[in-house]
Amino acid sequence: MSIHLKVNGRDHAIDSDPDTPLLYVLRGDLALNGAKFGCGLGQCGACTVMVDGKAALSCVTPILAVEGRAITTVEGLGTAENPGPMQRGFIEMQAAQCGYCIAGMMMRGQALLQENPKADDRAIREALQFNLCRCGTHMRILQAIHRAGELMQQAGAAPSNPGAG
Amino acid sequence: MRFARVLITILVVILVLAGGGLLLAWKPAIAPIARPDPARFDAALVKRGAQLAAAGDCIACHTTPGGKVFAGGLAVPTPFGTIYSTNITPDEETGIGRWSEAAFIRALRSGVDREGHQLYPAFPYDHFTLVTDDDDRALYAYLMTRQPVRAEAKANDLVFPLGFRPLVAGWKLLYFRQGPFQPDPSKDAAWNRGAYLAEGLAHCGACHTPRNALGAEDRDHPFAGGESEGWVAYAIDGKSPAPLPWDEAALAFYLRHGWHLAHGVARGPMAEVTGNLDGVPDSDIAGIAHYIADRMGPPSPARQARGAGVKAAIVAAGDAGPEQNQAVPAAATEDRGAALYGASCASCHDSRRPLPFGGMNFQLSTAVNAPDPQNIVNVMMYGLPPADGEASAVMPAFGGTLDDDDMVAVLDYLRRTFSTQPAWSGLKKLVADTRSGAHPVTVRPTEGIERSPAHIGAED
Repeated sequence: MSIHLKVNGRDHAIDSDPDTPLLYVLRGDLALNGAKFGCGLGQCGACTVMVDGKAALSCVTPILAVEGRAITTVEGLGTAENPGPMQRGFIEMQAAQCGYCIAGMMMRGQALLQENPKADDRAIREALQFNLCRCGTHMRILQAIHRAGELMQQAGAAPSNPGAG
Repeated sequence: MRFARVLITILVVILVLAGGGLLLAWKPAIAPIARPDPARFDAALVKRGAQLAAAGDCIACHTTPGGKVFAGGLAVPTPFGTIYSTNITPDEETGIGRWSEAAFIRALRSGVDREGHQLYPAFPYDHFTLVTDDDDRALYAYLMTRQPVRAEAKANDLVFPLGFRPLVAGWKLLYFRQGPFQPDPSKDAAWNRGAYLAEGLAHCGACHTPRNALGAEDRDHPFAGGESEGWVAYAIDGKSPAPLPWDEAALAFYLRHGWHLAHGVARGPMAEVTGNLDGVPDSDIAGIAHYIADRMGPPSPARQARGAGVKAAIVAAGDAGPEQNQAVPAAATEDRGAALYGASCASCHDSRRPLPFGGMNFQLSTAVNAPDPQNIVNVMMYGLPPADGEASAVMPAFGGTLDDDDMVAVLDYLRRTFSTQPAWSGLKKLVADTRSGAHPVTVRPTEGIERSPAHIGAED
């Protein structure tokens, strides 16, 4: 029995058990390695993706729960050649050290800014409560999301989430 | 002529009733004073006031999250509209800076403000009336030595005609019994201390006792369970739905630490309560636990048997080894609830890692075994946000991942797998209303699990 997933605007038929975590399918089947396996318990946020525009922890999300819904990973926010505003914010602020948490941070930030484009520092801190960084680049991560917000505002009419279809 | 006479009689009766009511409602203003010099207050008295304010959870209602302490402005939803908490910092213009000690004591004892206005019982003076003058003085000393904050609370938004404060005098006539607390000489000192705190300042019944149509606590069913900020406040009388019955030691541990191995983690408004209890001495916590345990009474033979069964099942599962316990049922693919549970919940909740950092074994969960599933819906939808700057229990929110049908499937699975209670009904609407905000829920961080050194007077 295959399950249909719509990831970054593209449709995929997946032959896996319905209770397989989305993270395993993204990395193992679709070679989308942006989302990381951190704790496997939904406690560190390294695996964060977006489902229908809301942040979701892909390591504790079975694929049967997201069948047919719009899944966005960090690969859906832009490319190396043409990074999206969230990715540009992180590059400009040099917010990564080891980088393991960063894809999750970006997805959490993206979900927040799509819902609340004018999110202030408190809103960003609140949203990032479930995303851990062990290198300690928190201050730069906060700045990066602020910067991404500015870039999105400047882009104005440009679509904020080019990946989601 | 006859008609006119009847009309006049009715009018006179109405006028007399209204006049009598107003007379009853009328209380004199107490003269304003210049704000007392904070240095005037004895440090020991201020410290005792801090402990009492912690026991009273004053900060929870009189502070907006992230706002200035005691500056008020929190929207308190009631069935009669929204009441905004007042500023109780010593600011002279917008707080209680001009209140004398006598005015402060009168407000707590009888629910009347300095200017003589009737106060709404959202301010739980039906409990605070029990507080002694001595303790009121300590609270006054503590509050008057806080930082004054200029902050005007929004006007209350109440249904007509409740905006007319003298009506509160009628409510008081019906339901208010003035204190202070009278000790029961047939009980020991710990019981009386616990009763004084639990019934008075700590106002446990404000949430844990059901309320009648006029918002008064049902005196015939004390501690039979109530509601607070969108959360169920479980029954803490003989009908407690906890699978393993509470005892005095468990209550004391829970109130002290904000969690208990067999009962779970405090959350919602109770996390604020146990967080504030950090500032209360062990002896007071022990007193409250002693009193509440006595009010619960010994569990019935049926509950004892059920508790023993749960304990035995958990021990047996432990003996079988973690890999047995972790196994997702073979039928998972057919049973959507089981599959969702296996992928989303089991990694923590079947890990057998103990509380407070491991997930609750649902066989022990009061929420899964309670008659009303609201709390478990709240936690699934909004998660348990972490405490700020302290290690705490935490759970991610699944509102963004699980749609209403999937949540209902998980709830059904939890109930039939981890409880012997009958299935819940009306889950679909409950989940939808919780998600849409038709049933508003206040989401607060869980309490940090250490006793915070930032609080005053935690030691005895």
